Amino acid sequence: MATDKPLTKNIEIGRAPFNFKQYEAAGGYESVRKVVTMAPGDVVNLVKDAGLGGRGGAGFNTGLKWSFVPAPDGGPRYLVINGDEMEPGTFKDRLLIEHDPHLLIEGMITTCFALQAQTGYIFLRGEYTVCEERLLTAIKEAYDNGMLGKNILGSGFDLDIYLHTSAGRYICGEETALINALEGKRANPRAKPPFPQVSGLWGRPTVVNNVETICNIPGIVNNGVKWYQGLGLGDFVGTRISGVSGRVKNPGCWEVPVGITFRQLLEDYAGGMQDGYELKAFLPGGGSTDFLMPEHLDLPMDPGAVQKAGSRLGTSLIMVLDDKTCPVGCIRNLIKFFAHESCGWCTPCRDGLPWTEQMLNKLEDGTGSLKDIEILKEMTGYMGIGNTFCALAPGAMEPLQSGLKYFIDEFEAHVEYGCSYSRQ
Amino acid sequence: MNNLIASTAIKARQLTEEEIHEIEHEKTHYPYTQAVGLEALKIVQKYQGWVSDESLLAVSEYLDIAPDELEGVATFFNMIFRRPVGKNVILLCDSVACWMLGCDNLKQHISNTLGIDYGETTKDGLFTLIPVPCLGACDKAPVMMVGRETYTNLSTNKIDQIIAHIRDGSPVELDN
Ligand SMILES: Cc1cc2nc3c(=O)[nH]c(=O)nc-3n(C[C@H](O)[C@H](O)[C@H](O)COP(=O)(O)O)c2cc1C
Ligand code: SF4
Ligand code: FES
Repeated sequence: MATDKPLTKNIEIGRAPFNFKQYEAAGGYESVRKVVTMAPGDVVNLVKDAGLGGRGGAGFNTGLKWSFVPAPDGGPRYLVINGDEMEPGTFKDRLLIEHDPHLLIEGMITTCFALQAQTGYIFLRGEYTVCEERLLTAIKEAYDNGMLGKNILGSGFDLDIYLHTSAGRYICGEETALINALEGKRANPRAKPPFPQVSGLWGRPTVVNNVETICNIPGIVNNGVKWYQGLGLGDFVGTRISGVSGRVKNPGCWEVPVGITFRQLLEDYAGGMQDGYELKAFLPGGGSTDFLMPEHLDLPMDPGAVQKAGSRLGTSLIMVLDDKTCPVGCIRNLIKFFAHESCGWCTPCRDGLPWTEQMLNKLEDGTGSLKDIEILKEMTGYMGIGNTFCALAPGAMEPLQSGLKYFIDEFEAHVEYGCSYSRQ
Repeated sequence: MNNLIASTAIKARQLTEEEIHEIEHEKTHYPYTQAVGLEALKIVQKYQGWVSDESLLAVSEYLDIAPDELEGVATFFNMIFRRPVGKNVILLCDSVACWMLGCDNLKQHISNTLGIDYGETTKDGLFTLIPVPCLGACDKAPVMMVGRETYTNLSTNKIDQIIAHIRDGSPVELDN
């Protein structure tokens, strides 16, 4: 009885999440029973073959990532769940944790078994207070019912899961910064290599995965590769949580087959634009992705297809820019966020982002010059990929560089007239 | 940036029993005590409202973490308050989805109603207003938190109701 909505089958907005008993009655924790009879390496291969890509933004094959963890040497190994979710426009991990916390825990147990890791941490955004409470309850229930702790289901496998709540800093979502934060340090990113799989938390093998990524694992273990691949449209595999914010009739997020088009998401799920507003452009997957235009609406929501169009699928939560909102103001808002959240470790980002913000302020105030627009273009190079210590600054440049490409007329008009959009 | 402990006259305060109890509990989650630094600061803030120099020194001594190292952590995080804040901290999301749906107007409305700008506290010590990055509820923008509660689909009317309920100490119930 395999479902076609493995991530959200238990979710019903408005009712409390399933407790342990209800969750188990709905088929929950089945993957734990199954996995403890398997060889850990076979679980890794199963996930690799399924073709599940990470849902934290980069989309790297999850099983492949796991396979880089060296063979057990008797010392500690860690799974860390990235639930920091601070990318502007992103609200999917909140849905999964608030409404079905046991699914994440089941996925963690199964994953830890595959990795032979005996400790799992959930790194949760501190502002997610409801998630925090529900996770604490679910973790306790899992212990009380023998799914966590010593000798799980008599298999000889031990696992402890701890919840760590952060205190608000976007860079903690970057996996090496997250590891520093978890160690109690300032959350500056670390140099890679070594990669966390080899030397992560306290110098030990560590896998960092996104919440949604791990919520996929029980389904794959229970139902296999063929089933998982069949969930996507055509050659695309799996489902993912996609959503829409901005001036649409029905903003929200939903579990959709991978491969539906942006248009389907926007029209069939989000109900289209609000009356009186037209779609001008959209960010396909969070504040650090390049704008796409209405002519891209028929692209499938797949990382490869979106990359060909010059952007990234990112978190696959799209944000629409309507015709009554200033694109320069929108980009300024995004840059302000990134400038504020820069960790300050490397100079191009620490100094370049506030400078970029100031130039955008000038354009919005009507005191900007054409020279400022030239400098903005140069900035996108200085802070491009490879010129900064981590991906925060290059991500910040994505909406700016595509904005300069698609809306250059509007940037130039700001030099002459300032911002002509009425403030709502 | 480093505003810590300019005077050597500042001494660590005594941590309370509750604080120590909770910090000890957190310690069981990690193999090294340094990892508990942020959690300990959050525990102190939960009870004291903010992290004073005296509190920071107390945690530093209790966990044996150098004060400037702990200060480096404290100042890194948006939600650790190193200055006193009001009883209710209003965190108003000013990121992109909320901006598109009018959070600037809401900020103006709150400022006018309470007579405070970002970073300021009302004279009665009841409210502090702080901007916060995307609260992960963009489909229900505009959004704010007060304390641990999240409020969505905000309007000026809704904000008035929330403030009124908090002022008279009644549970926040909203008409719309
Ligand atoms: C600045 C920055 C912020 C990030 N924030 C998050 C985040 O909040 N959540 C997340 O899962 N991944 C985030 N990532 C991606 C992580 O570094 C990492 O790739 C991801 O957690 C890996 O999990 P996955 O393979 O399951 O996708 C961020 C990356 C960068 C550069
Ligand atoms: S790019 Fe920005 S966030 Fe990343 S290390 Fe450099 S300063 Fe820190
Ligand atoms: S932008 Fe305000 S909640 Fe996301």
